[in-house]
Amino acid sequence: MVAETPSKKLFSVTLRIWRQAGPSAPGRFVDYPAKDVNPDMSFLELLDVVNDGITLKGDEPVAFAHDCREGICGTCSCTINGKPHGPGKGIATCQLYMRSFQDGDTIVVEPFRAKAFPIQKDLVTDRAAFDKIQQAGGFISVRTGAAPDANSIPVPKEDADLAMDAATCIGCGACVAACKNASAMLFVAAKVSHLGLMPQGQPERDKRVLAMVQTMDEAGFGNCTNQYECSAVCPKLISHDFIARMNRDYVAAIFKSRFKPASNAAAGGAG
Amino acid sequence: MAKLESKVPSGPLAEKWRKHKTEIKLVNPANKRKYEVIVVGAGLAGSSCAATLAELGYKVKNFVFHDSPRRAHSIAAQGGINAAKNYQNDGDSVHRLYYDTLKGGDYRAREANVHRLAEVSVNIIDQCAAQGVPFAREYGGLLANRSFGGAQVSRTFYARGQTGQQLLLGAYSALSRKVGDGGVQLHTNSEMLDLVLVDGQAKGIIVRDLITGAVTRHSADAVVLATGGYGNVFNLSTYARQSNATAIWRAYKRGACLANPCYTQIHPTCIPVSGDYQSKLTLMSESLRNDGRIWVPKRKEDRLKKPADIAEADRDYYLERIYPSFGNLCPRDVASRAAKRMCDEGRGVGESGLGVYLDFSDAINRLGEPAVRERYGNLFDIYHEITAESAYQTPMRIFPAVHYTMGGLWVDYNLMSNIPGLFVLGEANFSDHGANRLGASALMQGLADGYFVIPYTIGDYLAGQKPGSRPATDRPEFKQAEDNVTGMTKRFLENKGSQPVSHFHKRLGKIMWEHCGMARTKEGLEAALQKIPALKEEFNATVRVPGSADTLNQSLEQAGRVADFIELGELLCRDALTREESCGGHFREEHQWPDGECKRDDEKFGHVAAWEYQGEGKAPLRNTEPLNYEFTKMSVRSYK
Amino acid sequence: MNLLGSLFKSSIGKKILMALTGLVLFGFVTGHLVGNLQIFLPPAKINAYAHMLESLGAGLWLIRGFLLLCLVIHVWLAIQLTLENRAARPQAYGAEHVIRATLASRVMARTGIVVLAFVPFHLAHYTLRVGSPGWSEHTFRLTDGTLVRDVHTMMVQGFSNWLVSGFYVIAVGVLAYHLSHGIVSAVQTLGLKNEKWAGQVERFAAAYCWLYFLLNAAIPLAVLGGFVKLAA
Ligand SMILES: Cc1cc2nc3c(=O)[nH]c(=O)nc-3n(C[C@H](O)[C@H](O)[C@H](O)COP(=O)(O)OP(=O)(O)OC[C@H]3O[C@@H](n4cnc5c(N)ncnc54)[C@H](O)[C@@H]3O)c2cc1C
Ligand code: HEM
Ligand code: SF4
Ligand code: FES
Repeated sequence: MVAETPSKKLFSVTLRIWRQAGPSAPGRFVDYPAKDVNPDMSFLELLDVVNDGITLKGDEPVAFAHDCREGICGTCSCTINGKPHGPGKGIATCQLYMRSFQDGDTIVVEPFRAKAFPIQKDLVTDRAAFDKIQQAGGFISVRTGAAPDANSIPVPKEDADLAMDAATCIGCGACVAACKNASAMLFVAAKVSHLGLMPQGQPERDKRVLAMVQTMDEAGFGNCTNQYECSAVCPKLISHDFIARMNRDYVAAIFKSRFKPASNAAAGGAG
Repeated sequence: MAKLESKVPSGPLAEKWRKHKTEIKLVNPANKRKYEVIVVGAGLAGSSCAATLAELGYKVKNFVFHDSPRRAHSIAAQGGINAAKNYQNDGDSVHRLYYDTLKGGDYRAREANVHRLAEVSVNIIDQCAAQGVPFAREYGGLLANRSFGGAQVSRTFYARGQTGQQLLLGAYSALSRKVGDGGVQLHTNSEMLDLVLVDGQAKGIIVRDLITGAVTRHSADAVVLATGGYGNVFNLSTYARQSNATAIWRAYKRGACLANPCYTQIHPTCIPVSGDYQSKLTLMSESLRNDGRIWVPKRKEDRLKKPADIAEADRDYYLERIYPSFGNLCPRDVASRAAKRMCDEGRGVGESGLGVYLDFSDAINRLGEPAVRERYGNLFDIYHEITAESAYQTPMRIFPAVHYTMGGLWVDYNLMSNIPGLFVLGEANFSDHGANRLGASALMQGLADGYFVIPYTIGDYLAGQKPGSRPATDRPEFKQAEDNVTGMTKRFLENKGSQPVSHFHKRLGKIMWEHCGMARTKEGLEAALQKIPALKEEFNATVRVPGSADTLNQSLEQAGRVADFIELGELLCRDALTREESCGGHFREEHQWPDGECKRDDEKFGHVAAWEYQGEGKAPLRNTEPLNYEFTKMSVRSYK
Repeated sequence: MNLLGSLFKSSIGKKILMALTGLVLFGFVTGHLVGNLQIFLPPAKINAYAHMLESLGAGLWLIRGFLLLCLVIHVWLAIQLTLENRAARPQAYGAEHVIRATLASRVMARTGIVVLAFVPFHLAHYTLRVGSPGWSEHTFRLTDGTLVRDVHTMMVQGFSNWLVSGFYVIAVGVLAYHLSHGIVSAVQTLGLKNEKWAGQVERFAAAYCWLYFLLNAAIPLAVLGGFVKLAA
């Protein structure tokens, strides 16, 4: 009845997946053969299928983080063949399709690895350090209801656009995973630059960069050696220019906090 | 029988909210820190609420199942957010936004709620701009707008194609500030699995830590749910994979009424299913219909031919044929249903037969490829990434997909459910969109609820609670709820079944889509109401959940969520069956105008249907809240 | 944190100091090269130059002290940063994959160590003249009649040794390699780079490093090849 289905050629691969039962358990690679792989399948869909197979056999499926499956929530986080988010440019793991691989490939799948991102299980890591950095200063202090009319502060289009470039960060942590020093500079720089480029962000600009960098350091990330692996794997292709910008902001802030006069007034007003 | 008092204040429409704010009770500043509020969810609604309540001085505990508040599904919204700023000087006003939203919802929302939404919309934009949200700007540095469906003015604010992301990051930054200074206690990887009622009031929740498996009890003076929509009851949807209905469903089982569950929105332009393994449907902006022409082959036999090999004369540009005046730009629901009919006739394209062509060749001939690239380049790129096809060379294949749920827990004007102390915000409640939501208004509603409504209305409830009267968590109500949760976990893990959870979710999705999707019939719904209970039984008997309860166990998480979806699916079908009219996203084939438009029955169904749980195995009770339109006339929705 | 604390304790501060001290050393090696190239001029030139430097007296010691301080800070922070960076990734990937980090950038610590090893050797060899006491005795009379130390002869004699020249060429090669990443890196660290002109910075660095290496290598090679001879 159905003439010549232009069916895709199915193929086979082997997934070599990192299995680790818990944060302190030892981990190891386990091979899972996958047959009848459709090139139109996403990589995570293949993991779903493999997991159903593991479940049917009575074993525990591979834990992996995912949610939106369209490259925006930043949850997915596999390192595939040594590259965070796998082959491809400007995509997250969930946007990787099996047509990027070939019949017979062995695909090595690991978690993001960094001291500041401890492994929770299999491919799932704890990226709470990013939230801590944000809590330290990644905001503009404006109480709800206290805002002036939105058009009362014009923002030059170029600044808004550049701020938006930085703001597209999805907080996935691939930059950390790709950096040989597990440095979080791209992520932090993106945050600092986004707010630092907006006029609304000026009052807290110095305080923000100092606090965020300090929290970043305390979390155990490494230092930037300007190799730009981060921006190469970034699913939003955020530029390492923002790192330079943050360095500048940081230097300005430490000098200002040393030499700028400060008021002696204690906080609060007269009763 | 639940008491459904809308608590809409009296007085002229435009004065109601202002008047209400001055009349409701306040909590004095020194007392605020004596109250604890649990907020479940940190999407737009949850994080804006948690941050604002903490700013006011309440002690807030915020729970999310995500590993970070920033990952909530709100992050995925693309198009924009509406606000009646009238910055374009094109005649917009609060009243116009009110009217468009009410009409868009096919006159099934409360007038007063919608008007309040339109009123506070302007404050939202101010708030977000002050937080540093990088909205699109004009060269002069002022805010830019775009236009969206269902409106004749340009009132949509946006940040590229990532508006939801930017608004959520704004709310997340406000939340982070309060977490940083101790105002909010944040619990990530924490899934609420039950609601605790003490003396009939919501006073706590039971939470499972998804990493350690620990089940804990939390008490508070009030509980706020902002846990998002339930579209994944269809399995395949544009929702994030983890979006689920567990929080609202368990609250329902504790007595909260679930209103209008059958109001679901189906978006016409999504990338079609490519195979059985499919986990997610990706939205393609509706704007493509401005220049693309939609067609299917005239003959079934041609459906698998290459589109280029199908002669012009053998193509059926069915929207242009059936709706000559609106053509490819007819409303969302009409376009969606027409596509379904074509596929039902066996003329759907692609391997699955569930797809129609969206063809740009005319546009490319007319405007040239560069112009088309300029307008739609990024969408063509997304399409290429997913399908490996170039829409410049061959038509796109699209198909409708589930996108939003207008139904949700019933709430009064104060956003409080019929359980005192339980508040519901954002997509999780039923309140402002009636039977159909217009584009760019969900973000508006989530933020309106969280930033500008709940901070006032929760005070009215709390002022009636004695400070420090919060119950201790060793009360029997907490123990009972905890046992309920651990019992469920145990049952799953001990089940000697054979099928993975995903198997049941897929089957549920198929039933829902087939019988309760774009077009619903009495027979279909009745069939679904046979199939779903059978599926539930099979699920209970044969589901296999490996692993243990005290580690990260994604199968276990899924099992609980799918169990809830199965039950919710049944209720959804029941609601669809009893609502014998068509309105907005709910289309009953028996009730349509000759042109295929929804035929409402205001007489019989001009009300909210709020379902009340009656216990396992018992039919739920259908309560109604009449919608008394005082200010606007319910008319036939027409976009002609 | 106070200013020094922020500089010495924070990641960015340390990087800034690395860049600043690196640039000071870069300035020094550049100047040093320019001075040394006078070997290709008549011996009087370089001997006069050396004399001028020595006559700075305390000033020279100040400069030397400053350079040494920079080197110590540079090396001290290099060790710290390298150790911190290793600790930040306790478990290596099963599959290693490099996308665009240059080889030079990945071996900075190793090239640094070679340079560091060369420094005492080089100082001992020419500044302290360990093992060749005779070099301190060579003298040269400038046109104005001043009697100065004969650096020219020292250099020619020194580089006539294949081993010494070999090590020297390797060391300057490695230093050039260190700088090929170091220069661009320092511009980025100091926040002065962006994609608009990154290409120019990179091209400058590449050209500089080649030139630096070739010109430096030319000195021992010219001696060995007999192009630069002892003054008659
Ligand atoms: C692809 C797509 C595009 C869209 N585009 C637009 C648009 O352009 N404009 C527009 O206005 N709307 C748009 N929408 C709709 C809009 O994004 C959503 O309706 C809205 O963001 C919902 O926000 P929310 O805060 O109610 O819920 P969500 O953002 O879904 O947040 C739910 C929160 O609840 C938490 N949660 C849920 N259950 C539990 C539990 N049991 N325990 C603990 N925590 C829990 C989650 O962790 C999460 O933090 C779009 C939707 C989709 C799918
Ligand atoms: C004359 C000698 C030297 C010069 C001119 C020099 C120059 C530089 C410069 C300009 C940088 C770039 C700073 C930055 O990244 O911002 C740098 C980095 C570095 N140098 Fe040196 N350096 C010298 C000696 C050394 C020595 C002796 C070591 C010893 C271990 C060393 C180790 C390093 C390391 C590890 C880095 C960091 C690389 C990075 O951050 O990517 N350097 N150097
Ligand atoms: S900067 Fe890029 S790679 Fe790093 S967290 Fe943000 S989106 Fe991910
Ligand atoms: S799952 Fe959301 S970015 Fe990949």
